[in-house]
Amino acid sequence: MAQDLGESQGQLPEEVNEFLVESHENLDRLDRDLVALEADPMDKERLSSIFRTIHTIKGTCGFLGFQKLESVTHVGENLLSKLRDGELILNPAITDALLAMVDAVREMLARIESTASDGEVTYPELIARLTEAAAGSLSGTVAVAPVLAAAPADEPTKVEPVVDNPSQSEALAPPVVATSDLASKVAAADAAKEPIEAKSVISDSSVRVDVGLLDRLMNLVGELVLARNQILQHTAGEANSALVATTQRLNLITSELQEGVMKTRMQPIGTIWSKFPRVVRDLSQSLSKHVRLELEGKETELDRTIIEAIKDPLTHLVRNSVDHGIEMPEIRSANSKPDEGILTLSAYHEGGYVNIEVIDDGAGIDPLKLKAKAIEKGLITVEQASKMSDREVQHLIFMPGFSTAEKVTNVSGRGVGMDVVKTNIERIGGSIEVNSELGKGSTFKIRIPLTLAIIPALIIKSAGERFAIPQVSLVELVRLEAEQAKVDIDAVDGAPVCRLRGHLLPLVKLSEVLKLESELVEDEGATNIVVLQADHRQFGLVVDHVVDTEEIVVKPLGKQIKSVNTFAGATIMGDGRVALILDVMGVAKAGHVVSESLDSRSGSVSESRGDYVADKEALLLLGLGHSARVAVPLASVDRLEEFETDSLEWAGSQPVVQYRNGIMPLLWLASALGVDAGDASDSKLQVVVHSSLGRSVGIVVGSILDITEEQVTLDPYGSRDAIRGSAVIQGKVTDVVDLTPLVEAVVGELVGVGVIE
Amino acid sequence: MNIGNALAVGENEHEVSLKVQQYCTFFLGDLYLGVAVEDVQEVIRQQEMTPVPLSSPLVKGIVNLRGQIVTALDLRHRFGMSAYEKPPMNIVIRADDGPVSLLVDEIGDVVELDQSSYEATPETVDKLSAELVTGVFKLQGKLLLVLGLDKAIQFSEAA
Repeated sequence: MAQDLGESQGQLPEEVNEFLVESHENLDRLDRDLVALEADPMDKERLSSIFRTIHTIKGTCGFLGFQKLESVTHVGENLLSKLRDGELILNPAITDALLAMVDAVREMLARIESTASDGEVTYPELIARLTEAAAGSLSGTVAVAPVLAAAPADEPTKVEPVVDNPSQSEALAPPVVATSDLASKVAAADAAKEPIEAKSVISDSSVRVDVGLLDRLMNLVGELVLARNQILQHTAGEANSALVATTQRLNLITSELQEGVMKTRMQPIGTIWSKFPRVVRDLSQSLSKHVRLELEGKETELDRTIIEAIKDPLTHLVRNSVDHGIEMPEIRSANSKPDEGILTLSAYHEGGYVNIEVIDDGAGIDPLKLKAKAIEKGLITVEQASKMSDREVQHLIFMPGFSTAEKVTNVSGRGVGMDVVKTNIERIGGSIEVNSELGKGSTFKIRIPLTLAIIPALIIKSAGERFAIPQVSLVELVRLEAEQAKVDIDAVDGAPVCRLRGHLLPLVKLSEVLKLESELVEDEGATNIVVLQADHRQFGLVVDHVVDTEEIVVKPLGKQIKSVNTFAGATIMGDGRVALILDVMGVAKAGHVVSESLDSRSGSVSESRGDYVADKEALLLLGLGHSARVAVPLASVDRLEEFETDSLEWAGSQPVVQYRNGIMPLLWLASALGVDAGDASDSKLQVVVHSSLGRSVGIVVGSILDITEEQVTLDPYGSRDAIRGSAVIQGKVTDVVDLTPLVEAVVGELVGVGVIE
Repeated sequence: MNIGNALAVGENEHEVSLKVQQYCTFFLGDLYLGVAVEDVQEVIRQQEMTPVPLSSPLVKGIVNLRGQIVTALDLRHRFGMSAYEKPPMNIVIRADDGPVSLLVDEIGDVVELDQSSYEATPETVDKLSAELVTGVFKLQGKLLLVLGLDKAIQFSEAA
């Protein structure tokens, strides 16, 4: 490989260039560290840092194919690891040997830079000397471990000189140098053979800047952005045209500066992609699969902190796609697909975010298989599974403790699951989605912010205070006028929900969650709902006013308030005041919207099978007739609907309504339970939609009272077929009803009904 | 904060007169308190404050100190006193992990004090104050209580 690289002389491959720049710097530091270490041989931190440096160089040159460099650093690393572990103590002899190694490495690097190969010199003496030192037998070496002290002093060297080309190795008799200033002699010998440019060029072409300085610059730019926002506000109604023009210029310059400073922290995503061709190749070989990797948008840039953070999740996704996504060649050809699977990594910018897609043309995700697996693992119940859309099912793979690989391979399924991938991506404010078509392949789409420092946010007001909501969590804004709100918001007491396009959206009042004293100056009685996404669950945040969207600079909170997890940080607004940034996940938890997540729910349901005692579950409270109250598990409720009495039709003896281009049979809960329905004078039917056996059934109830989540202790008194028992809920005796047996009885009767236009 | 060191030096009779320290003093209710000048970053007037819902009652809010978010602590509450009667002043303390502001009633002078007039907190001081005060300087006609910054800034949620 080293020889191959020689062809492109003068223009080294990018990864070699990077390796050189990095190594030159590391070596400079190494010199200083080694000398400092001699003064304090027990400085563990310094030793570890030296070890890491050499380890990195060794690893990279192994990858790039510089074998001679690798063999020298390898023995050096051995020696250093012993020093680091305290088996040996540094003395001048060892330091000399290590410094000689640094010199040798530097020579080889210079050679790589000028000839793109690490040359023919193999440094056998240096290797021998380092090996000897590592064995604790170099003159003057003090071995700490007794085992090592007992080792024979003249232990033969095990390391063979490594030479690429045997024919050349004969011609190149290793020079025998016994003294300690071997490095300089080798260098002199080299200098005669192949002239090396005195000054390294690559290391001068770029400047390394302290990350701390960049962060400070970023902060200052953040301040400038805020000051600019302020000036823009002040000059909005200004007549002085010179001032307005200057402000415009300031505006432009600030934006450009912001962009420029952000760029200094940017790295192309290609830096982490560069290792994937190898990963994919090795992996597909070991699995006997044919996989072609295609990279699109390598030059897409991301903040360096984010690049670091997505490295591991991305690697996992790539491995996962090769292992689980792409099928064996036989299966592929049987399905008339080309033998070779294609794995595409694609990155592109989109409105302040970067999208990274991992696309394979493999088997795709089988929702049935997934469901079965999830049920088997107790992650969801059969009932939940029957109601899940394919999309929801696909997202099951992100649940903790999920792995569909039929057998655990050494490739994936080592306990690091997709849930970890998801958590890691969410930690940096990103999101991940999966889209899969059975037989066609899967696409994992990661969406991450360009930078963590300046983010677009929605500014809202609640109880007179402003709060910022990161736009990444924002789904939509809903404004319900007073009249509409009365219709669309149900069960205002306790746990309000909103009917939004046929779905029930749990509502959380921000002022309640934050225990703010709401001024009750509601926006002309209208309700402003900010629909947010928290962990694949949507909820509506009720706020007093929606102000505007703005670019905000995220600032950390002091440790005295770090423990409040409803806030992700703070920002300074245009008027100089501080506004808190909401942590959407934290707000959802505080509002109990996600406390009952799928995994926690499944636990309680599986335990409660058999005895329905003392499990906490969300219940929908319904009124029947004058005074009867029943509760049904919220999990069994699809939707709440309202139908005009006029829309009632009959299919034989079965009352039905037309619903979503189909026919939905209706069932009167009161009569099914044998309760007096009272006078049905109301012109509207309140209907709870429940699905069973693949069919939706509308359950007509008297009224919808509330949603409650509480620990219910059931008294078996009055328990019948569909009634689990009775309990005291919200201070009243309430029957808890199981809808499934009731509905199945109706669905069983209903075969062969269709709509005739 | 450097009282420990100062005391150690104070034991050495010859150096006593050399060892003087400057204290930034302030008033809180009827207490006259002080913190070592080197722990103080700056003193600023009443700032526009943003309350932090759900945080400890000791957190009065957060303020914008030239682009930095600084937590302002309710020192009166910390000493079990009633709410501030007039707009408080901010004494911005240099803490290990960034500045923290202490809200006080009024700012006093910066005084130079000889360690020889220093004494440990007397037993008679009530329990809450005793916890927050590390020692006392006997001045003419009054006592200057030295505020223990570690305790004043770090508190458990229960405090």
